[in-house]
Amino acid sequence: MDATVPPNPFDELLKEAQHLSGDDTREQIVSAIFQTSQAICKETVTYTKQEKLHETEKLDRIFTSKIWGFPIMLAMLAVVIYITIAGANVPSSLLAEFFGWLEGYITLAFEKMHAPEWLYGILVLGLYRGTTWVVSVMLPPMAIFFPIFALLENYGYLPRVAFNMDRLFKKSGAHGKQSLTMAMGFGCNAAAIMSTRIIESPRERMLAILTNNFVPCNGRWPTLILLASLFMAAGYTGGWKTLMTASVVVAMVVFGIVVTLTVSWVLSKTALRGVPTHYTLELPPYRRPKIWDTIVRSTLDKSVYVLKRAVTVAAPAGVLTWVLANIHIGDTTVLAYIAHLLDPFARQLGLDGYILMAFILGLPANEIVLPILLMGYLSTGALTEVDGLRSLKQIFIDHGWTWLTALNMMLFSLLHYPCGTTLINIYKETKSKKWTFVAFALPTGIAIAVTFTTAHIAQWLRFI
Amino acid sequence: MTNNHEYTIALAGNPNTGKSTLFNVLTGLRQHTGNWPGKTVVHAEGFFTYKDEQYRIIDLPGTYSLYSNSADEEVARDFIIFAKPDVTLVVLDATALERNLNLALQVLEMTDRVIVCLNLMDEAKKKGIIIDIAKLSKKLGVPVVPISARNKEGIDELLETIARMVHGEIQTKPTKISYSRTIEEKIAKLLPLVKEVIGDEYPARWIALRLLDGDTSLLHALQSQPHHLLKGGAHYGCHCSAKSI
Amino acid sequence: MTQVKLERLCDAQPGERFRITKINIEGTMKRRLLDLGFVPGCEVTVLQKSPLGDPTAYRVSHTTIALRNEESSNIYGERIRDDKQS
Repeated sequence: MDATVPPNPFDELLKEAQHLSGDDTREQIVSAIFQTSQAICKETVTYTKQEKLHETEKLDRIFTSKIWGFPIMLAMLAVVIYITIAGANVPSSLLAEFFGWLEGYITLAFEKMHAPEWLYGILVLGLYRGTTWVVSVMLPPMAIFFPIFALLENYGYLPRVAFNMDRLFKKSGAHGKQSLTMAMGFGCNAAAIMSTRIIESPRERMLAILTNNFVPCNGRWPTLILLASLFMAAGYTGGWKTLMTASVVVAMVVFGIVVTLTVSWVLSKTALRGVPTHYTLELPPYRRPKIWDTIVRSTLDKSVYVLKRAVTVAAPAGVLTWVLANIHIGDTTVLAYIAHLLDPFARQLGLDGYILMAFILGLPANEIVLPILLMGYLSTGALTEVDGLRSLKQIFIDHGWTWLTALNMMLFSLLHYPCGTTLINIYKETKSKKWTFVAFALPTGIAIAVTFTTAHIAQWLRFI
Repeated sequence: MTNNHEYTIALAGNPNTGKSTLFNVLTGLRQHTGNWPGKTVVHAEGFFTYKDEQYRIIDLPGTYSLYSNSADEEVARDFIIFAKPDVTLVVLDATALERNLNLALQVLEMTDRVIVCLNLMDEAKKKGIIIDIAKLSKKLGVPVVPISARNKEGIDELLETIARMVHGEIQTKPTKISYSRTIEEKIAKLLPLVKEVIGDEYPARWIALRLLDGDTSLLHALQSQPHHLLKGGAHYGCHCSAKSI
Repeated sequence: MTQVKLERLCDAQPGERFRITKINIEGTMKRRLLDLGFVPGCEVTVLQKSPLGDPTAYRVSHTTIALRNEESSNIYGERIRDDKQS
């Protein structure tokens, strides 16, 4: 067939061009452009303050120095987490109080209308409480975390993180830019999956996608922070307590990074074999960010978006959980029945049936795991407003929790499968059911293995 | 009477030049992002009104060049060449003019409807960098507007320059880069064939150069363009999905 | 091309300046390097190494670019030793 087609003029053109082209054409073209711009700059630009030109380099000598590079990075992480924890506390409880106050009036309205019990249950105890819990737990940390992060980004610090960590990623066969997509994951894994587009090589991009879940996202911070402060920092008060909580959370994050590097390394030696692509990284000058603009912009771009999606999954999940907790099989609820089924397996992981069930029902969004768990424990059939952390801890202890349970739940939360939105994004980006499944199964397997190990080592050493 | 017409502006520039800051300043909240059709490259588009006229502004991916090393660069290149925006705004970092000018010079080879936007002038001032704007403009042959996007300085002048350019009130004379003799000879040899095959809808000299550089992706892009339909270019690549970060 | 013994960019020490004569890299990476200003004839200043020893940051046409050893060991040229203060 092809032979009868007249020669395509485009092909002719291409052939002629290839014939003319030499080895160093590109080099000559780029050199000519560079010389032109050099010549133009020489005539139009004057540098009057030589000493000012290299301020960024002086700062880099500290931020990326052999001695201070890593300590500063860890300190920054700790400070960001500390500020988030310390700052979110008060607004979170204020919001919760406000929603509780509002609920009183909604309840009155329902009574006035003589609404049936089940409708009140679904709409108020399920939908309203589920959604408002997510808002009051998530909004304050997000409104603090995203802007601080954006400030660091606009200041120009993030590329330095990539510069410092590059060798670790290279050694594990991953792309240096993976540290940037990981940083994004601290906010939201679903958004971070999209940001892996900055990695061009498909193999390394897949690594970044598959391991992104090992950095805790905004939906998991509350779980980590709450459990850390209840069980790990129990003996401390005031500022020390916050500091202790922050340190435990930082340790979790560092563990997540270690897992990321290890998994990347194993994958790049097995299923995703290959050598890391070469890359260049620009370290832009440090610039003082416009603080107010940055805050407004990051709130609009990130916080509102993430909150919107959290609410859209939390609302139906709240309804579903309420329904499950109110349909009875014999003398137990469906919720209790499922928890009972899961219990033997969960015990092997140092958890219990209710915790595992909360994780399973929490697939749509990580932020509803904790509320579902509480609902299960209290079996009141609706999300409860827990007055104060003390009573919260009492609920856990009454259900046989120890620090090991808390640790295992934190580990499981850190390592388990990505949330529904993230999985959907992974499918959209990879267009592959197989890899989406891997992105689900791999972290889950690791979460099970790690919690199983800690639980059994602790038992063996008779810590408990 | 031109109220219904919408002018298209492309925003090009290196990464870290404050291009997105300028985009945000110009469009405020009237913007949305999606994907370029068929590519995993973010497509950001916004709108603004100036003196009762509508403008659509496309924030092209930040790139160091337009030589199709990556999907980002191809997207930026294709938009400038095929969608033929009314103005291509090249945002440069005033504190690293030398490297940044490369992109500007590349754009000047592709189109003559260019405004060079010298951003981060506040930083440059702090660092004691003085730029002779008039001379730079003369050298490049296109308007050069100094701004500081984050301080919202120079925006009015920029908007005025854009308005004058879309109304054809500014004549530009983009500087031509002179290449080595061997390259110029090759361009001369290839030029007639390019004009014959491609016509004069696209800048022939630039296409000849790209082909000499072995840029086959450009040729494929040219081949798959439904020519003439693109003249207005108003709806190129605008399958914007719902906001997805 | 050149008969003079060329040095590798990766062997230049922080603080030193280096003039590029040849880039022994193929494909996209070479294009990327050229776009960033690693052009034969251009001068590069070695700024510093990453805390883990690799990559290294270079000043090239008033910007800071980090390159891994894989790249910098294939960029050839000569060290400029006249003044070490810059």
